[in-house]
Amino acid sequence: MTNSLFQPWLVPALPLAGMAINGLFGKRFSEKLVAAIALIATGCSFLVACLQALLLVNSGSPMLEQHYGTWIQAGKFTVDFGIYLDHLSLIMMLVVTGVGFLIHIYAAAYMHHEGGYYRFFSYLNLFMFFMLVLVLANNYLLMFVGWEGVGLASYLLIGFYFLKDSAANAGKKAFITNRVGDFGFLIALFMMIQTFGSVHYGSLYFNPGLVNALPLEHSTGILTMIGLLMLVGACGKSAQIPLFVWLPDAMEGPTPVSALIHAATMVTAGVYMVARSNPIFSRAPIALLAVAVIGTLTSFFAATIGMTQMDIKRVLAYSTVSQLGYMFMAAGVAAYSAGVFHLMTHAFFKALLFLAAGSVIHGIGGEQDMRKMGGLRKYMPWTFYTMATATVAIAGIPPLAGFWSKDEILWQAWSSPYGSKIFWAVGVITAFMTSFYMFRLLFMTFFGEYRGEAAVAHAGHDAHGGHGHTPHESPWMMLGPLVVLAALSIFGGFVGAGHRFEHFLDPVIQKVEAHRSALEVEAAAAPMTEEPAAEKSTELALMATSVIVALAGLGLAWFLYIKRPELPARIAAALGGLYTLVYNKYWIDELYKAVLISPLLWISTHVLWQSVDQKIIDGSVNDLAVTARDVSGVVRQQQSGLIRSYAGWIAAGAALVVAYMVWMGTR
Amino acid sequence: MPPSSTDYVRILPEIVLAVWGMAVMFAEPLLGPHTSRKGLGVFAALGCLLALGATVFQAQPAYAGFGFYNMLRVDHFSVFFHCVVILVALSTTLMSLDYLPAHKIDKGEYYALILLGAVGMCLMSSAVELVLIFIALEISSIASYILAGFRRHSAESTESAMKYFLLGSFATAFFLYGVALLFGATGSTNVFRIAEVLNTSAHIEPLAYIAVALIFTGLGFKVACAPFHIWTPDVYEGAPSPVVAFMSTAPKAAAFAVLIRLVIDTASPNWFWVIWVAAVLSMSVGNLGAILQSNIKRMLAYSSIAHAGYLMVAFASASNRELGISAAMFYSAAYAAMNVGAFAVISHMAGSHERFSSIDDYAGLGRRSPALAAALTFFLLSLIGIPITGGFFAKFYVFSAALRTHLIWLTLIGLVNSGMGSYYYLRVIVKMYMNEPRTTAPVPPVRLGVGLAIAISLIATLWLGVWPNAILHYTQGAPTILAGK
Repeated sequence: MTNSLFQPWLVPALPLAGMAINGLFGKRFSEKLVAAIALIATGCSFLVACLQALLLVNSGSPMLEQHYGTWIQAGKFTVDFGIYLDHLSLIMMLVVTGVGFLIHIYAAAYMHHEGGYYRFFSYLNLFMFFMLVLVLANNYLLMFVGWEGVGLASYLLIGFYFLKDSAANAGKKAFITNRVGDFGFLIALFMMIQTFGSVHYGSLYFNPGLVNALPLEHSTGILTMIGLLMLVGACGKSAQIPLFVWLPDAMEGPTPVSALIHAATMVTAGVYMVARSNPIFSRAPIALLAVAVIGTLTSFFAATIGMTQMDIKRVLAYSTVSQLGYMFMAAGVAAYSAGVFHLMTHAFFKALLFLAAGSVIHGIGGEQDMRKMGGLRKYMPWTFYTMATATVAIAGIPPLAGFWSKDEILWQAWSSPYGSKIFWAVGVITAFMTSFYMFRLLFMTFFGEYRGEAAVAHAGHDAHGGHGHTPHESPWMMLGPLVVLAALSIFGGFVGAGHRFEHFLDPVIQKVEAHRSALEVEAAAAPMTEEPAAEKSTELALMATSVIVALAGLGLAWFLYIKRPELPARIAAALGGLYTLVYNKYWIDELYKAVLISPLLWISTHVLWQSVDQKIIDGSVNDLAVTARDVSGVVRQQQSGLIRSYAGWIAAGAALVVAYMVWMGTR
Repeated sequence: MPPSSTDYVRILPEIVLAVWGMAVMFAEPLLGPHTSRKGLGVFAALGCLLALGATVFQAQPAYAGFGFYNMLRVDHFSVFFHCVVILVALSTTLMSLDYLPAHKIDKGEYYALILLGAVGMCLMSSAVELVLIFIALEISSIASYILAGFRRHSAESTESAMKYFLLGSFATAFFLYGVALLFGATGSTNVFRIAEVLNTSAHIEPLAYIAVALIFTGLGFKVACAPFHIWTPDVYEGAPSPVVAFMSTAPKAAAFAVLIRLVIDTASPNWFWVIWVAAVLSMSVGNLGAILQSNIKRMLAYSSIAHAGYLMVAFASASNRELGISAAMFYSAAYAAMNVGAFAVISHMAGSHERFSSIDDYAGLGRRSPALAAALTFFLLSLIGIPITGGFFAKFYVFSAALRTHLIWLTLIGLVNSGMGSYYYLRVIVKMYMNEPRTTAPVPPVRLGVGLAIAISLIATLWLGVWPNAILHYTQGAPTILAGK
């Protein structure tokens, strides 16, 4: 590096330093100092990240790798501490540090006067550190360290209000569900070590690359196995079917946490992993298909649930699951760059939605039920305008960011050689639902009349009775990040216009065609040369379709929640069982409880605890312990405290050793 | 021929420590009776840092080799133990800064004794001449005797010092007798020359065997391995906690260094069973004795006997030099790091007159002071040998060395012991987190000195546990140098 002051390792190291300072001494610091330390750490980390990005892009080289030492060495297998900076990790690094920094600013005001302020910021910085390790690692094992680390930080932050039972349980649920996924990732890691003897990106994927030497697997093979196991890991972290149940509950954590970890960054780690492993997935069509199917199903089901929820953060949580499903769909049709593009735009507008929702909750005194909101537009205009921007963005209405990335995904689902019209169709229906539930949220929250308790109190008592309960706008510390994110949600999509984003990621994503047989290449190439104009018009037609469904969603929401607000209840009643099913999230939690958790609990209490543990293990251990105690008593008695007897022991010992040695020597 | 300047570099750390120690002694009477001695402590800590710097400087290849007419030798091995001893001295000094005033024994000579004791211990690791080894051993021992009795108003502490002194002198007499006999049997006091005689001559004098047995007795006392361990619990219980941190690690590491140089290099096959028995006895007596203790210092005294046993396992596998010796070196460093850390927490918790040293006093510490409880938990987990701590890799290397030299029984006994050991360490952790506090009195805030001592031990323990390669690489360099007679 030309500039030794700005080494890439500083990017993760700065948040770590912030965590250490606040964690060790924060208890004695004032809130201002704690916030300043955390903000400086993440802010500087963002600056260094920008500088690294500029240096890398200007250098023209596809990637930059730095080694900082050997971590594990066992025979020929070595793992380094190293940073791997290419266009993919660069985008992730900028998103994590940039959005992370904005959320830190917001949190500094939002968490004001909450107990454990310093604890909150040291956890948040710890999360930033592990997330950056995850995206910047130069090998899968180090990535796994970050992967587990963000899980830990997420657990700590979800359970931040640990005195609240539901929060503690949500933390546990997230942790345990993630363990299932991590198990898959871990086995994938072992298989990788077994097969290739390396977990290093460079030796796996580049010149010439151990993975690249393997052929395309038409049926199952080792790459398919590794890919599917990685997918299990990704499903856990990115909340995909069947492991998505933890994310909605994770909303028990403070709202900035939901924005940072459970919307913008950590949950996208699965998408990052699939994109990072694209040479494996592109050679394993079956694994790829599984990714696409899981993504599509998740995006659809989560969207249906999102349409019925009443808790503002839960709507956003299901929306996150659904949008993550889109990213998986994109990755599953080998359009990795489209997935990463949506990851980036989603980070902007979903972080904004959560922060704005936090501002709403903050402004009306902790209420999260949308039925008790309404009419907030006039109380908190800035929150309204920014949230409306984000809603338009996520709904996919041009020219905002969400339009570009979602359209790219839908186009790829249609046109990619791995794509299918079915994926596209489900994607379009989901887009309609997305637009509907997001505008439903916006209308229920900001339009109509205020339905909160304060309004009731207002009517009943004098005008001063509702002091502190009247909805109020949030402080500028909170609104500032909203405005910046709103700007990003408006303009962030333009980088993807004309497939520019896709080309930016070209050095990272290996071309699928390159691995197919010559015959297939010919077949695939044939329609391309045939009629580029026809393809262009198809693309435009699809684009128009997605705009139309987005507007239709908006229209329906307007009709149901502004024009005829009495209708939704009637529709729900008319739908009866179907509505109940969806409202109760398809009873998935109950199903898991009945099929998995209860039997496990029963086995562990009745068989493992009461029989095996108490009778067999404890029994034998207790016997051993009793014996050990008896002997211990004897040993203790030798300790008479008398110096003469001690000297006697030493002399006797010496005599024994001398006698033995003499015997040996004279033999 | 006068000693060359290179010779002086070869004892540079010792020179720095000695000069600093004497400076503290001179400064002490100049300060008024009611002046705080903290400044002297900080000065002593500075001396330790300088000595550490001197050691690093000395580690350059240009200075490796014999010095002062073959009296001592600078090599990987000596540099390694210098670092361990000096770091322990540094941590002890730091944790004493607030301990001494709290116990009304704020005297400058305390710091001087630690520095001068460290001189002896450093010399022990580099000396290759029996007479010099003996002198170094005495320098270190005498400092330890006085330090053990430093709480002179307390009967316990005085008793502890008296016992340590009488028994220690007794053991030293064995050592000295052994040295004399070894000279008689081989005609030399140089370790390398003795090794040559013992390894090459067809007939070995029986006298030499007796000599080695006596030397082992003397050193066995210093490292507290069974059957010469008997003094340990009484002395550790009575001595001031920071002193225990010091003398349970630094002199032990130094004595192990002597044992490695003297015994392993002059080894004859007969040795093996003595070490084997000492290892098994130490592990068993240590762990069994610790189970029923109610005083945490006494418990850790027995635990230190057990750890001496694990180290002996590494010695027993020294038939494969590289494995055995490097495992022993790694173990002594890891043990120093985690034990000093544990005692740093204990000395902070002790309160005036060491009132709070019962295990029951640690009940509910997890709530009263989460940070201290977490630190102590970490050190105890390391003593058990749980991964990501230095204790894990230390045990791992020792037992894998034993397995690779086919000591299956010894490994099995060691593993059973190690399982038994986890019981009493875990008991403290359970007390801290699951029992109600006995008192609601707040734990005194952690001052900078003791905080730094804990931090140094924590970082060292963690480093050895997460990134053992660097240290291991260094220790693996040592045995080949030792062998290159």
